[in-house]
Amino acid sequence: MTGSKTLFEKIWDAHAIRVSENGESLLYVDRHFIHDGTSQAFEKLELAGHGVRSPHKTFGTADHYVPTRNGLDGLTDPARRAMVLRLEEDAKRYDIRCFGFGHQHQGIVHVIGPELGLTLPGFLLVCGDSHTSTHGALGAFAFGVGASEVAHVLATQTIWQARPKTMRITLDGHAGVGVTAKDMILHIIGTIGAGGATGHVIEYAGSGIEALSMEGRLTLCNMSIEAGARAGLIAPDDKTAAYLKGKPFAPSGADWDHAVAHWQTLASDGDAAFDREVRIETDNISPTVTWGTSPEDAVPVTAAVPDPQGEPDAERRARMIRALDYMNLKPGTPMEAIAVDRVFIGSCTNSRIEDLRAAAEILKGRKTRIPAMVVPGSMIVKAAAEAEGLDRIFAKAGVEWRDPGCSMCVAMNGVDVVGPGERCASTSNRNFAGRQGRAARTHLMSPAMAAAAAVAGRIVDPRKPLPGGA
Amino acid sequence: MKPVRKIHGLAVGLEMANVDTDQIVPARYLYRNRSEGFADTLFHDMRSDPQGCERDSFPLNAPEAEQATILVTLDNFGCGSSREHAVWALVDAGFQAVIAVSFGDIFRNNAHENGLLPVVLEEHEVMHLLQHVKSGPAKLTVDLETQRVRLPDGTCFSFDIDSAARENLLLGRSKIDATHSLMSTIDAFEEAYLGRHPWSE
Ligand code: SF4
Repeated sequence: MTGSKTLFEKIWDAHAIRVSENGESLLYVDRHFIHDGTSQAFEKLELAGHGVRSPHKTFGTADHYVPTRNGLDGLTDPARRAMVLRLEEDAKRYDIRCFGFGHQHQGIVHVIGPELGLTLPGFLLVCGDSHTSTHGALGAFAFGVGASEVAHVLATQTIWQARPKTMRITLDGHAGVGVTAKDMILHIIGTIGAGGATGHVIEYAGSGIEALSMEGRLTLCNMSIEAGARAGLIAPDDKTAAYLKGKPFAPSGADWDHAVAHWQTLASDGDAAFDREVRIETDNISPTVTWGTSPEDAVPVTAAVPDPQGEPDAERRARMIRALDYMNLKPGTPMEAIAVDRVFIGSCTNSRIEDLRAAAEILKGRKTRIPAMVVPGSMIVKAAAEAEGLDRIFAKAGVEWRDPGCSMCVAMNGVDVVGPGERCASTSNRNFAGRQGRAARTHLMSPAMAAAAAVAGRIVDPRKPLPGGA
Repeated sequence: MKPVRKIHGLAVGLEMANVDTDQIVPARYLYRNRSEGFADTLFHDMRSDPQGCERDSFPLNAPEAEQATILVTLDNFGCGSSREHAVWALVDAGFQAVIAVSFGDIFRNNAHENGLLPVVLEEHEVMHLLQHVKSGPAKLTVDLETQRVRLPDGTCFSFDIDSAARENLLLGRSKIDATHSLMSTIDAFEEAYLGRHPWSE
């Protein structure tokens, strides 16, 4: 049937204002998020002499530079403190709603958008941050942009884009015990590569996706960018609507019914064609962890550090050797034999309530051997976790319970930093050299695996029984 | 923004794939104002060791590399975070073009907005260029008008570029001004769109 469209194409077409002679489309932006790393975009806007066209469509939150303990005093460096305050000043000047430091809605931008109902299915949503792909879990076309484009969106509520290609990744089957959305996405990136989806928008489909909770879907879409994708998308379904109902900024009354009816039309048509199709058997996915400095360096936790000598491609072999050197690992070492120095549970990938519950389940009644911290994704997540008593489980286990922010995912607040040469078991999304601090070594994994690592002092298969527990 | 036409200069090679934006500018420098400049942060942690000593093995540390205006590298250059600082650091350090097998999407868009020309060539062509700069920075010409990269021996590789990006680069025009002239079209679209999607208001 002609006229069949994918979810992505439906959203794209609904937002296309015009197509230029050279094939770029001018797209309408429903929602725009800013954070405490947006000051240079405001500088640019001022330089160009423009104002903010639709301030009520932009929302701000402080996340990248915020301290995660001792209030604002926890941020000792004046330049970083200035970034947190700059956001509030810029927002105030342009009449933009802002959840600044200490606000009850403050949190990591990709955690608060969905949980406040600011992210809605069918929306075109942008933010000056690459992990904007997260919001695609609700069926929004959401992508990260640079500072110049942020200024463009502020000034015009639109953005120019060349139409990306489409790619469907179908995950059928059942996830085994101990296999989370994080394991799925690490497995996918390990399979298609860190540049495997460049120029594409990924739609995740199949029974393995339908079975995921909203939190799991957010984790999955979050790391689409680690496969190079422009965005990740999941068709909205009943779970999506149930998740959004009653959220502070979600539509209500007649608007709600109208919106839900529209969302039901968004799923890809049965015979819609994708530029690329990838199939993954969910049953074959194991708890997965990274060994190197690219998210594609992902292996089952039961595997060993790979040997570059077995890699036929010379360039890839050279990269593996460099990564092993940086990570101070020897080929053939079982992943489970790798001792870690600290554990970070948090980031826009894995700091939602479900993630914290998974970590708490492992930590309950046990003690950690190494420094570990849990940084909730938002004030709302923090309050929910405390209401359930998760904070007390963490405290008893010897894990630090912090205030929301990006924290050790990116080490930008200058205090939540992995030390040089230290090895961190982390639930974040990037294991790039220096990401968590200069010369820091990162192993990406799920919250359950990170919690188990905190107890064992090394990387362990979270399916295996740990000593102790309650 | 300075228009980009023909870049005739010294090229330096960085024979690595997946050079992410954290490598191009470490996150700890991102808070600076644009006017403070980012040249000194470019490839900071690859360039020097934790004690601050420059690594001789890093190609950009060669004395002649200071004059380089063209960077030649492998796949997926600029992947990772959306930080435009990665482009600013390259521009502030004097680079006008980056030639790679592929780029991170956001990096490429950011480059277009700052007069930095991202050139995509086939892998064997990039390998040829890397060979050319192997023993140190060497001359190269990148011509946006003819969409060609030329070596001094006459070898030529042609490249494709998104035509909108090409036009803006040639004119040195940023998108924001062009879009502003379309405001009435945007207003009309918005009114109709919000009529159909009132919950977006
Ligand atoms: S948590 Fe990490 S990846 Fe997510 S927005 Fe913050 S810095 Fe970026």
